[in-house]
Amino acid sequence: MDLTLKVWRQANATAKGKFEQYKVNDISPDTSFLEMMDVMNENLIQQGVEPVAFDHDCREGICGMCSLFVNGRAHGPDDDITTCQLHMRKFKDGETITIEPWRAAAFPVIKDLMVDRAAFDKILQAGGFVSVNTGGVPDANAIPIGKAEADEAMDAATCIGCGACVATCKNSSAMLFVSAKVSQLALLPQGKIEAKRRAKNMLAKMDEMGFGSCSNTGACEVECPKGISLAHIARFNREFIKAKFND
Amino acid sequence: MSSIFSASIGKKLIMSISGLFLIVFLLVHLGINLLMLVSADAYNAGAHFMATNPAIKIMEPLLALGFVIHILYATILTLQNQKARPENYSTVNQSESSTWPSRNMYVLGGLVLTFLVIHIINFYWKIKVLGGHDIPSVIVDGVEMHDTYWLVAGLFKFWWFDVIYVIGAIFLGLHLSHAFWSAFQTLGLSNIVWRKRLHVIGQIYTYLIAIGFAIIPIYFLITG
Amino acid sequence: MSKINSKIPEGPVAEKWDNFKAHQNLVNPANKRKLDIIVVGTGLAGASAAASLGELGFNVKNFCYQDSPRRAHSIAAQGGINAAKNYPNDGDSIYRLFYDTVKGGDYRARESNVYRLAQVSNDIIDQCVAQGVPFAREYGGLLDNRSFGGAQVSRTFYARGQTGQQLLLGAYGALNRQIAKGTVKMYPRTEMLDLVVVDGKARGIIVRNLITGEIERHFGHAVVIATGGYGNVFFLSTNAMGSNGSAAWQIYKRGAYFANPCYVQIHPTCIPVHGEFQSKLTLMSESLRNDGRIWVPKKKEDSEKIRAGKLRPEDLKEEDRDYYLERRYPAFGNLVPRDVASRAAKERCDAGFGVGATGLAVYLDFKSAIERLGQNVIEERYGNLFQMYEKIVDENPYKTPMMIYPAIHYTMGGIWVDYELQTSIPGLFAIGEANFSDHGANRLGASALMQGLADGYFVLPYTIQNYLADEIHTPRMSTDAPEFVKTEDEIKARIDTLMAIKGSKSVDSFHKRLGHIMWDYVGMARNKTGLEKAIKEIQIIREEFWKDVRIPGDTKGVNSELEKATRVADFLELGELMARDALNREESCGGHFREEFQTPEGEAMRNDVDFTYAAAWEFKGENTEPELHKEALKYEAIEVKQRNYK
Repeated sequence: MDLTLKVWRQANATAKGKFEQYKVNDISPDTSFLEMMDVMNENLIQQGVEPVAFDHDCREGICGMCSLFVNGRAHGPDDDITTCQLHMRKFKDGETITIEPWRAAAFPVIKDLMVDRAAFDKILQAGGFVSVNTGGVPDANAIPIGKAEADEAMDAATCIGCGACVATCKNSSAMLFVSAKVSQLALLPQGKIEAKRRAKNMLAKMDEMGFGSCSNTGACEVECPKGISLAHIARFNREFIKAKFND
Repeated sequence: MSSIFSASIGKKLIMSISGLFLIVFLLVHLGINLLMLVSADAYNAGAHFMATNPAIKIMEPLLALGFVIHILYATILTLQNQKARPENYSTVNQSESSTWPSRNMYVLGGLVLTFLVIHIINFYWKIKVLGGHDIPSVIVDGVEMHDTYWLVAGLFKFWWFDVIYVIGAIFLGLHLSHAFWSAFQTLGLSNIVWRKRLHVIGQIYTYLIAIGFAIIPIYFLITG
Repeated sequence: MSKINSKIPEGPVAEKWDNFKAHQNLVNPANKRKLDIIVVGTGLAGASAAASLGELGFNVKNFCYQDSPRRAHSIAAQGGINAAKNYPNDGDSIYRLFYDTVKGGDYRARESNVYRLAQVSNDIIDQCVAQGVPFAREYGGLLDNRSFGGAQVSRTFYARGQTGQQLLLGAYGALNRQIAKGTVKMYPRTEMLDLVVVDGKARGIIVRNLITGEIERHFGHAVVIATGGYGNVFFLSTNAMGSNGSAAWQIYKRGAYFANPCYVQIHPTCIPVHGEFQSKLTLMSESLRNDGRIWVPKKKEDSEKIRAGKLRPEDLKEEDRDYYLERRYPAFGNLVPRDVASRAAKERCDAGFGVGATGLAVYLDFKSAIERLGQNVIEERYGNLFQMYEKIVDENPYKTPMMIYPAIHYTMGGIWVDYELQTSIPGLFAIGEANFSDHGANRLGASALMQGLADGYFVLPYTIQNYLADEIHTPRMSTDAPEFVKTEDEIKARIDTLMAIKGSKSVDSFHKRLGHIMWDYVGMARNKTGLEKAIKEIQIIREEFWKDVRIPGDTKGVNSELEKATRVADFLELGELMARDALNREESCGGHFREEFQTPEGEAMRNDVDFTYAAAWEFKGENTEPELHKEALKYEAIEVKQRNYK
């Protein structure tokens, strides 16, 4: 396949960015999208141009580091995958592919296609945990947990923190991300104890970080590589409202 | 409770509650309107009830307040949401992941508001503000009152008003197609099972309202 | 007299850990606040250690090269975590877990460490459940277990195919709690470039801020290395793109011994290489071997037809298939340990029976399992893996057998540590995959997660105090001390040298060449000639690298090529040490297979008389051969036997 890539280039956080066009040729449809980007970068290095910076690490869809907005969609034109799992067979020979960084006030661009998602860490630091120290905990089987609750908690816990929900949301809302953690821990007896505090603190941090609010469009759920359900946002809303009514 | 409404979910909660309030109002409004299809007397009786019932009297300013709050918070949230993405994408392909109305609730709300202004001028303004001196009277329950049926029938004689009202109903329907389930979701009253149910109920409600309101001008256009 | 002192406590193996804890030195709470600990890495070991040390009251600085601690590659572990809970009542015990681990490691692990690992394994499960890790459960609400890697008991706890993710997120949660409390300060997108040693003790590190490009100095009363393994020396592996051996290599060059570098685990079930641009290999969980049958065609001409696309594998008749694992190992069949399965696949492909476009693949077939259990059962068990396979290969594995091939997965070798997880540099500790101690020559499935968390939650927080108790009078040192300045200057000079080369070839091109050499000569099967050749070739590549590498951009700001270059420069040295170690170890054991040392049937042949030791290498200077120290491995609680899976 021969392709034209329209790539966002931006020297650093404060610089003004713009699109550049690069060509890559003879790409096998079995190549992954990021490997195609590797080829592009290898060409650029040979031409003496600085390669395009983009985040990636595990390349198997679990670390959540890769983050590209490809042809208008977070993680590109395939469902239930991250960009690193996207393959070139999803594109047509001769196609022009637009590659942009996640766009959100809370995710400032660091360079080219890399963005800073530290806001996610800060939200989790505000309460995305169970307050137990190492040691001195009860036996693992001391508290039975219904399979349905455990499974639903697991559904929420599969979040990889990639930020596709924010990137795709018209409001740059982080509700799916935050709700996944709130919901996971609210479903489990270990996490229920501080569920109210958690919901309030994490929401306050989310708002402070400059994410938008949820319009319930459901786009996040569709673009989420792990298919995390909007039902978790409903639970988060519920937890928050309950918490506030108890204040 | 203290700071609930300053949080994003709190603001959404206001949207949800005010929206649900308006959703209930629309049902009542439609119920009265559909009496027009029964007879002029039935409708006038309904209108009389609305005009004289003390509960409705209390609800009237509340309704206005509901509209104002809904619009105000929609504006606040929209402005905030826009700030959350200062730089936009050059290419966006959102049709794969969400419906057009869900992404354009503020626009649709604005269109519905425009229609609402026309609607208020046509009826409420004429009766309540101008006093409705040129409207003939009818006797309902032994009380003399404005013949509102005459007012509606007179307006819908003009085809362009019929068109405006049908389009208004369509905008309202599009707005409601997302609003209904969304209100419950924001309240936290949805989950994987109820989401589907609420969607079905929401669709039924939406079609009922949109078709119900649209049918009246069409009825007058046809029966002329 | 050996310089090695593994500080194994006295007493029977089952009492050593309790004895140690009973007599070790501790640091009182008021003094903990005055002590700084640097933890490098945020995987299972690093995050759990940083969080636990923070909870205890130490001042922790935690570093990772990723944008968030949650991205560490522990997240990619699929299968599960072992513990000797014996919930299924199937006869498990601490001793049995200990025994299986030592045996699985082909009797090349340190007995006392493995016993301690088995002892604390149960605490890990309790801890993780308390943190809200959503392990799989039965309908009765209790935890579910599954069997793994052919063990005779079911002792593996799991969270779907994402156990590593869930455990890491649990540790990351604990870490986040400490970050919020201020006991841990997090430095993401920051890469360690060197260790600062003052008066023979580890006192700090030099790092590069990967955003600004600034070189920074950090002081610590102790330094903990939790930076994982060095599998990426092979370029293609199941490791993350950024996984590297640099921290381990830097401390090696500062005096920490590197032990058993040749012990590399090659995982048998990975998706095969598809082309020259391939950047990494994707693992398919070992659990697939519970129901899948591995085969290649019996006749070479069939393999050729399949490779040419003239024959579909699903159309090949049953009698024309060679289920070679079932044929060679009737007792264990498709469930032989990883090293055995990997070598058998290589043997068939080398003999010309391989399939796939490159001929470097074998089939993992679910046809008979689907016939026996129904497609829905297989879907329930492996649905997400099948979907992942289909996304990558574009073939439906329910219809066409999966293609698999072995790939580099884990490194059992690593920094030499004593019983207290302290390296040969006082004040410097190594935990998790970065150290060498627990897995011997081969790691059992679901044991890596166990070891990482054991070290971080339950071992290091004790043992590090035994060292720090003597440090309470050491004040925080200024990072303007001459040792810091000197180390930083050396790093800056090295970076400047790299940037000044302005050659013609990309970093990746060197890395790929190194990878080919490593895979061909230091991979699944090794021999003397090949290893000697590898050492020479690596030296040539290294020389060329330092003459001809091209790194665009500058040192200010983000420069991914520079990051890669510093890592590859280290791999180019580490690879040579691996080959040296493999050359030295004239036996076959676990993941290390020397072709000269095999039975007539082609099975690995250990030499217990001469090689029952851990090979700890000491750096002696650039272009000087390292010195080998031997830590004799004594087995008191276990009888050493030849492994047999027939």
